[in-house]
Amino acid sequence: MSDSGGGTPQLELRGITKAYPGCLANDHINLKIMPGEIHALLGENGAGKSTLVKIIYGVLEADEGEIRWVGDLVSISNPHAARKIGIGMVFQHFSLFEAMTVAENIALGMSGRQDMKALENRIIEVSNSYGLPLEPHRQVHTLSVGEKQRIEIVRCLLQNPKLLIMDEPTSVLTPQEAEKMFETLRRLSSEGVSILYISHKLDEIKALCHKATILRGGQYISECDPTKETAKSLAEMMIGTDLRAPEHHQAVKGGAVRLKVRNLTIDSDVEFGVNLANINFEVRTGEILGIAGVAGNGQIELLSALSGETRSSDVEAIMLDGKSIARLNPKERRDLGLAFVPEDRLGHGSVPEMTLAENAFLSGYSRMDLMNSGFIDNGGTAHYAEDIVKKFDVRTPGISHTANSLSGGNLQKFIVGREVLQNPNVIIVAHPTWGVDAGAAAFIHQTLIDLAEAGAAVLVVSQDLDELFAISNRIAVISEGRLSVGRELREITIEEIGLLMGGTHGMGEPVETPHVA
Amino acid sequence: MLLKIEKRAEYSRVMVYLTPIIALALTVLSSVILFELLGVNPVEALFQFFVAPLDTKYEFSELFVKATPLMLCAIGLSVGFRANVWNIGAEGQLTMGAIVGSSLFIYFPETESVFLLPAMIIMGAIGGAAWAGIPAFLKTRFNANEILTSLMLVYVAILFLSVLVHGPWRDPQGFNFPESQTFSDSADMPILLSGTRLHFGTLLAFLAVLGAWMMMARTLIGFQVKVIGEAPRAGGYAGFSQKKIVWFTLLFGGALAGVAGLSEVSGPIDQVLPSISPGYGFTAIIVAFLGRLHPVGIFFASLLMALTYLGGETAQINLGLPVAVTGVFQGMVLFFLLASDVLVHYRFRLNTARKVAP
Amino acid sequence: MSGFEWIVPVVLTVITAATPLVFAGIGELITEKSGVLNLGVEGMMLVGAVSGFIAATVTGNYFLAVGAAALAGAIMAFLFGVLTLSLMANQVATGLALTLFGVGLSALMGQEFVGEPVQALAKLDIAGLSDIPFIGPIVFGQDALVYLSFFMVIVVSWFLYKTKGGLILRAVGDSHDAAHSIGYPVIAIRYMAVMFGGAMSGIGGAYLSLAYTPMWAENMTAGRGWIALALIVFATWKPGLVLVGAYMFGGITILQLHAQAAGLNVPSQVLSMLPYLATVLVLVLISKDQSRIRKHAPACIGKIFHPAA
Repeated sequence: MSDSGGGTPQLELRGITKAYPGCLANDHINLKIMPGEIHALLGENGAGKSTLVKIIYGVLEADEGEIRWVGDLVSISNPHAARKIGIGMVFQHFSLFEAMTVAENIALGMSGRQDMKALENRIIEVSNSYGLPLEPHRQVHTLSVGEKQRIEIVRCLLQNPKLLIMDEPTSVLTPQEAEKMFETLRRLSSEGVSILYISHKLDEIKALCHKATILRGGQYISECDPTKETAKSLAEMMIGTDLRAPEHHQAVKGGAVRLKVRNLTIDSDVEFGVNLANINFEVRTGEILGIAGVAGNGQIELLSALSGETRSSDVEAIMLDGKSIARLNPKERRDLGLAFVPEDRLGHGSVPEMTLAENAFLSGYSRMDLMNSGFIDNGGTAHYAEDIVKKFDVRTPGISHTANSLSGGNLQKFIVGREVLQNPNVIIVAHPTWGVDAGAAAFIHQTLIDLAEAGAAVLVVSQDLDELFAISNRIAVISEGRLSVGRELREITIEEIGLLMGGTHGMGEPVETPHVA
Repeated sequence: MLLKIEKRAEYSRVMVYLTPIIALALTVLSSVILFELLGVNPVEALFQFFVAPLDTKYEFSELFVKATPLMLCAIGLSVGFRANVWNIGAEGQLTMGAIVGSSLFIYFPETESVFLLPAMIIMGAIGGAAWAGIPAFLKTRFNANEILTSLMLVYVAILFLSVLVHGPWRDPQGFNFPESQTFSDSADMPILLSGTRLHFGTLLAFLAVLGAWMMMARTLIGFQVKVIGEAPRAGGYAGFSQKKIVWFTLLFGGALAGVAGLSEVSGPIDQVLPSISPGYGFTAIIVAFLGRLHPVGIFFASLLMALTYLGGETAQINLGLPVAVTGVFQGMVLFFLLASDVLVHYRFRLNTARKVAP
Repeated sequence: MSGFEWIVPVVLTVITAATPLVFAGIGELITEKSGVLNLGVEGMMLVGAVSGFIAATVTGNYFLAVGAAALAGAIMAFLFGVLTLSLMANQVATGLALTLFGVGLSALMGQEFVGEPVQALAKLDIAGLSDIPFIGPIVFGQDALVYLSFFMVIVVSWFLYKTKGGLILRAVGDSHDAAHSIGYPVIAIRYMAVMFGGAMSGIGGAYLSLAYTPMWAENMTAGRGWIALALIVFATWKPGLVLVGAYMFGGITILQLHAQAAGLNVPSQVLSMLPYLATVLVLVLISKDQSRIRKHAPACIGKIFHPAA
């Protein structure tokens, strides 16, 4: 092991073990971070990264193992104790209170009483000195995702941490914003602050981190120097086998327009939502259109306008195969051949406490003809559900088990399978592989590509640029409720997309593509 | 903590059936303590409560007489509860059903048509549904919370009933008592078993149980109710309308409560009084939960709750126990049921966290 | 002056009608701010009313009586907490259960006391000023609980918006997951909030049985617990507006009594419907603007929190 550095580690974990019913989230994990070191914790979804850092921050308690802080054995029973010894954490799903101000949020993240005036001054001072400007009086829900992350970082910095834990910090940032954050982290490192950096993005780990610990399936795999590894070797350690990238397909030239959206303008009905302004795009047969963007820029509103959960009063706004569907409800749209995979698998794409059979019936009852003279056709429904399970490799003991008993990847395969088997003309997929293991992700990507090649039009909305570059033919970017012009993959760079994501609108004039009748 | 609560990967089907029994056992245990406190021999009290009321054929039939309104109301409420529509105003809907249904007799007392009673039943259902339609309208149109509006309307309905029996509906030959004239034969629920008060309304209640069972298990509307209740966004995704379900469940629940009210006034009560229900509409909430919001469960739960009404009366006569014991007993059942429900989705485990000693 | 002397008694009765609502409302406000919806206010008020009444009859000491009512309400709320916070039961169902249980329990506890008279809670005469015409009896001549109710509104406002404790309470109601992940004991905080709510409801109930109509009768709250719940929606979760709302409802209740006394030719029952109809009307008017409700309602209200996730 690379013990050569010498000195006492800032933090050392030995044999950390944490079990959940039916799953060993951490199995004797070891980890060592030196002062000033930026240490990557690398692993795919479900590898046990989040569990481990929650143990370090005192949110969870380990079943076994020991934590040493500058050589001393410590017991971190709660986050207050963690903050007291100098551990700060920036959560992936922010620990922020939307209805409160920036200053109140920061006060809540600090132990003890604060004088609000003095605190506000310090917020301004510290945030400016690290290039993370914040206005203490702003309500959190009025801020962008990037600004919200700044609150979390500043909240930690105000307590002079010795160790900063960052859980997937760049997943909500544009590439440019991420680069700026790296500068802040490098500066903290040079000031002697250790950073535990959790990610599954190999490029940024290579660019930023001094050391990396790799976890897979709850187990410690190895420690390495990421600057000396290639992205491929890191990926192999992370995933275990080398993965076949999906075969890129070429869109059929001049295919017919299947989904056409014209000047779609909708006011959000969600609290703290984003209004859609003048959205234009079309998806042709055989094509995959990717829509990139930072979360909270109108994706939710666009998806629900397309699925029919919110409806537009403008009849011309959404056309499916030349027919207006703007005023139809989701079931009527589905009958015309529109399928839809929502972002939330549990509670939106499926009913968590219902069986797989019932969940198959949920979206398939009409198009799969599962009603029989006014009654539910249980036999037909079971047959359909079995078919999904078989054809889409859903690992489950049976279709009488509930949706929430499935792992994220398996449930996603089930939902994608349910929609695909309905033989859609257009399929809209939101964040197809979010929180899904690598195997299932590859399977889902291949399924979407196959569907496009079979003549469907596919629309993928995702935050993951790697994913969009892997499967799309064209990419458009949504920012603040506006959509940029879709560009062919070979005509656009990651940098350009990043700028569009950050709100540099190359938008405005609606695209008028010549109609191919 | 020595015990920790862990979420189960999947809910326990065994516990779904077991928890009502656990709840009952705990209730009986607690009532032993309660009876001790009240200075009554617990064995004797339990006997009076649960066994003595079923002594004779007549008393046994009374069980079904009391269970009838509970069953009707609880079936209606349960469908709403499954959709997360919290209609707690069944008592008011029952009252309105009784009023609207019996208005036919009150205004046409001479009618001897065989259609009078069926028409009264239908009017009862309409009255209850209309009264429940108010919260439905206010919820779908103005987002007003149906819990509060349906409950407020209970008071209004009972006061309205009081206006009628103290005023226009008072029996002119009734020595100024606040009550209507007694119902004629054609307005009366037919008796099913001579020598008892068992009436046609009980058959209607059985019909409601079977119908609701079929509806929830095998029809699209039943499926929609379940989906909207468990995951409203998934319902929206499937194209089910939440507003439609709010309307449907409230109207359905109101109609059944209305039939319950009518079957009380043209059954056991036989006239319109200022008070026509000892809180059946509220006890039905307990029945619905105790029956696991499932029609078959509700069938048995309503018999059990009916037994506590009879038992309370028997215990009052034979042991001098206050009638209020019944209410405490019913409240406890629901409490223990909700408490033991934790076992359906969670399991208890001894906390086995070990730390390696330094 | 003559012609206006009816104002003083009217205002006085409005105050007595409003005070129970102020207590129950301000208590439930704290409960809801922590993210818990306790629909058992009616049940807690009833048990508080009967406990306070019994303690007053048995001991003759009104301090003890109010204390007993608060304690009884808090115990009821504790039961609610065990079910919803520790055992994660559905809050709506448990709240209904609490009310049904409270109706039964209070009837059982109070059955020996029905119809027994009790001395009404004494009116104070602060600094001997209650003889001042008009203002005197209204401002300086109330019973201690009326002053306590105003004091509680002020304390609760101060606590919620000027202290770190209040900030934490609001944070728990806004996002229990975030509060948990930065280290606040969500469940313990909610227990305290729920029990405070119960104690206040208990006192509100006792005000009915000791001051408003000094006697005990089954179900004597007559839906006031539910009206208190509606009041919080009306007040968009602001303590000051709870006070305003309570006095509005108090006014409607009293209007009804005075209209009857004035010989209005309407059946008394129709007038008795007024507070209930007004509640419905107010709910409709407030709820119409759903975005306003959402903006002020604690985001976690009614949601179950399970920390192990």
